[in-house]
Amino acid sequence: MAEIDFLTKRSSQVRRDIVRMVHSCYSGHPGGSLGCADFFVALYGEMMSFDSKNFEMDGKDEDLFFLSNGHISPVWYSALARSGYFPIEELATFRQIDSRLQGHPTTAEHLPGIRMASGSLGQGLSVAIGAALAKKLNNDDHLIYTLHGDGELQEGQIWEAAMYAPHHKVDNLIASIDYNSRQIDGDVDDVLSLGNLRAKWEAFGWDVLETNGNNMAELVGTLKKAKGMTGNGKPIVIIMTTEMGQGVDFMMGSHKWHGVAPNDEQLAQALSQLAETEGDY
Amino acid sequence: MSIHDLNPTDKKDTRSGFGDAILELGKEDERVVALCADLTGSLKMNGFANEFPDRFFQTGIAEANMMGMAAGLTIGGKIPFTGTFANFSTGRVYDQIRQSIAYSQKNVKICASHAGLTLGEDGATHQILEDIGLMRMLPNMTVINPCDYNQTFAATKAIKDHEGPVYLRFGRPSWPIFASKTSFEIGKAWKINDGKDVTIIATGHMVWYAVLAAKELEKLGITVDLLNIHTIKPIDQEAILDSVSKTGCVVTAEEHNRFGGLGEAVAQVTSTNHPVPQEFVAVNDSFGESGKPTDLLKKYGLDVSDIVKAAQKVLHRKG
Repeated sequence: MAEIDFLTKRSSQVRRDIVRMVHSCYSGHPGGSLGCADFFVALYGEMMSFDSKNFEMDGKDEDLFFLSNGHISPVWYSALARSGYFPIEELATFRQIDSRLQGHPTTAEHLPGIRMASGSLGQGLSVAIGAALAKKLNNDDHLIYTLHGDGELQEGQIWEAAMYAPHHKVDNLIASIDYNSRQIDGDVDDVLSLGNLRAKWEAFGWDVLETNGNNMAELVGTLKKAKGMTGNGKPIVIIMTTEMGQGVDFMMGSHKWHGVAPNDEQLAQALSQLAETEGDY
Repeated sequence: MSIHDLNPTDKKDTRSGFGDAILELGKEDERVVALCADLTGSLKMNGFANEFPDRFFQTGIAEANMMGMAAGLTIGGKIPFTGTFANFSTGRVYDQIRQSIAYSQKNVKICASHAGLTLGEDGATHQILEDIGLMRMLPNMTVINPCDYNQTFAATKAIKDHEGPVYLRFGRPSWPIFASKTSFEIGKAWKINDGKDVTIIATGHMVWYAVLAAKELEKLGITVDLLNIHTIKPIDQEAILDSVSKTGCVVTAEEHNRFGGLGEAVAQVTSTNHPVPQEFVAVNDSFGESGKPTDLLKKYGLDVSDIVKAAQKVLHRKG
C-alpha cells in the first residue's frame, strides 16, 4: 500500500496548492478542484505514462488527458506542476496577468501539459475522441483520459460525442465524470436532473464503472480495472462520486464554494486541515 | 491578363473543386483525414470516403462533435478537413470553432459548401450570408472564398500546407470556370484586369459577375481595375492600396450580408490607409428565400447590372 500512501499524501499537497492559488488571486473554483484532487493525483501519479520534461503537442507514445470542465484548472495545474511539467513556483501566477496559468486552461500560453483550451463546457469528449482516433491511425496503443463535470453533461455536445464513440468502437478512451451532484446554481437534481446516469451511458453503448472518487485505493482500483477493459470495442466511462470541497470541512456539503475563494482567515482554517506533505510552492 | 482573355465555355460547381482536390490530397499525404456530418454527396466527398475509408469519419448529424473531433485529430499530427454546409460549419458550431479550433490553434480546415443565396431552392434557413463575418472575427482564422471550380480546387490543395485553422467557403451552383487551377497563393489577390477609372474587388461567385460588369463598363468608356480577393483574411492590403491609389474609388461585390464581409474588410484597409469612396454590392442586411440562384442574385441586388450601377455611382461620388 506504499503507492496509495504516496498518492494520498500528494493529494493533500495538491489540495493545499488549490486553496492557496485561489486565495492569492481571490478568484477561481476551489470546490470542484478539491473534490477531484484524488483523481488527478491517481491519474498523473499512477495511471498515465507521459514525459513531463519533453512536452510535445502530438503526444505520440504517451497517454493523454483532456479536462473538459476547465474551470477546475487549479487542481490540474497543481497536478501538472507536481508531476514535473513546469516549476511548482509558477502556481503562484495563477490568474495573474502575463501568466501561463490562465483562469481556464489554454494552449495559447504554451503551458506544458495542456493540449486544448477548455472552459466553455461540453467540448472535451469530442476532442478526446478525435485524439483517440488519431492514436489508432498512428498505431499508438496509448490511452486517452478525460474528465467532465456532472453539470456539464447538460450540454448537448456531450451526447453527440457519447453516441459517436461506441458506434465507431473508440475503445482507447476512458472518460470520467465528477459526480459531485452540485453546480453553480445549486444541486444538479434541482437545476436539471441527470436521471439515471448509469443507464443513460449504458444505453448509449458505453461500459460503465462507478467509484468513490475520494477513496484513493478504490479509485486507483477502478482506474486500473477501466484500463484493463480498453481495446474491447467499447469506450469506458467512470461515474466517480466525489464531494465538492473535499478535505476542507467548511467547503463540503454545499454548492457555495463552487466558484468562491477563501479569505485570509478561511485560508488558514483550510490549511490547518491539509497536511503539507511535499512542501508548499 | 485582361477580362478579354476570359471567355469560359465550361461550367462546374465549386464544391466539386473541393471534392476532386481532397481526393488528390488523400493520395498525396496520409496525414489528411476528412470528416462529414451526413452530407458526403452534397460536399462531393464520396471519392475520398470510398478511397480512404480509414481516414474518413462519418459523424452523423452532429456538427459540434465533428468540430471537436477534428480539433482532437490534429493532436497526433493529422490534417482534418471538415465538410458540411456553410450554415452548419459556422453559426451552428461557432463556440466549438472558437474554443477548440481557433483559440486552441488547431490545424483544422473547415470546408463549407452551399454558402450564400446561390444555394437556391432550400431557402433562407440554409443560405447563410453571415459566415464570412463570423469567421473573420476569430483570431488565428484564415478565410478563403474561391470564385470557381479551378480556384476552389487550387485553394483546397493550398490550405493543406498552411499551418493553422482555415475557413474555406464554396457553393452549389454550376458556375463558369475561368480562374487558374494551379497558381494560387493564400493571401495574394488575383489581378484580373488593369484599368484606371474604378476598382472593383470581388470574391466568390460574384467574381464572374464582376468580370461581366467590367466588360459592360468598358463599352461605356469606363476602365476597371479588377481584383479577385479570394483570401478575405489575411487580406491583400498591398493589392487593394495599389489599386485604389490609382483609381480613387472602389466597388466591392460579395454574396454575403453587407455587414461583416469583404466590403467591410476592404473599407478597413482603405479608411486607415487611403480613404476612397466605396459602394457595396452585397445583401442588404436581410435573409434570403427560395428560388433559382441567378434569380435570387438579381432580386437581392447582386446582379451584373448592380455592379455596373455601383461603379457608375462611385465614379460620380469621386467627382
